[in-house]
Amino acid sequence: MFAVVQFPGSNDDRDMAFALKCVLGVDARLVWHAETALPAGTQAVLLPGGFSYGDYLRCGAMARFSPVMAAVRRFAEAGGPVLGTCNGFQVLCEAGLLPGVLRRNRDLHFVCDFVHVRVERAAPPFTSRAAPGRVLRLPVKHGEGAYTASPELLARLEANGQVVLRYCGPDGGPGGNPNGSTGDVAGIRNEAGNVLGLMPHPEHAVEAAIGGRDGALLLGSLVDAVQAGWTPR
Amino acid sequence: MKALVYVTLKPDVLDPQGEAIRKACASLGYPAVASVRQGKLFEVELAAGSPEEARRLLAELAGKLLANPVIEDHRVAEIDGRPV
Repeated sequence: MFAVVQFPGSNDDRDMAFALKCVLGVDARLVWHAETALPAGTQAVLLPGGFSYGDYLRCGAMARFSPVMAAVRRFAEAGGPVLGTCNGFQVLCEAGLLPGVLRRNRDLHFVCDFVHVRVERAAPPFTSRAAPGRVLRLPVKHGEGAYTASPELLARLEANGQVVLRYCGPDGGPGGNPNGSTGDVAGIRNEAGNVLGLMPHPEHAVEAAIGGRDGALLLGSLVDAVQAGWTPR
Repeated sequence: MKALVYVTLKPDVLDPQGEAIRKACASLGYPAVASVRQGKLFEVELAAGSPEEARRLLAELAGKLLANPVIEDHRVAEIDGRPV
């Protein structure tokens, strides 16, 4: 069962649950932020986009203190797969489950557009359906999506293979960074590899009718991994 | 007790908002403004036994919540009107 966390102010939670249930055909449930435990049988946790707690103080800063996040942290530390998109990525960074931080976009503008990202490496359980080098076309919609890391941290992420998705041009070449993120980073994973955060929205690219299916490659990879028995250690 | 806590971007972190403000200053006819860095000021009322205790509590709180230590510094600047 896939648990989609609902914070006050989340707004992509239902879309994420829809993508998982109606497009990918797995059991997905919304889990309210006040829960102190994840439902029994949780195999993966998704932190959706939105504006959790109004993004007061800093984006994602308040959500980290919600009761459910203690359970998410335990789940992640036990090896369970956790995927954070957009605000969910921001929450993971603020919670210290991923390194670095998301800041205001370089141009200070909210970006709402399709972007291209290149899969930089095989990153199970999130990329089995999208081989390294593959370019995905995914939507972004964020005002604070500039992934920021010190040069030392970025070097460490690169050396550890933690940069999973990078903004690129339509052909996979340079360019296409919509927000000024450090190193064109669009998505990173933790050292253990079971926590991934990305600014683009895979759940908004799961059907041809809404502009593309590339997001289903990422979510579908997670589904495959869970169905193949990827469970918390 | 009343305290002021400043949260500012670390010196090596770019501040696009500050830069936008600087440009606005220039276009308003204030070319003398060479640089602007934007930060946050928190006015906190708290119960503490002494200014030292207040300062300790606030520094702890700033490190855990008010500032993100990846990109921000924090400084307890004033307690009950007195510079710290």
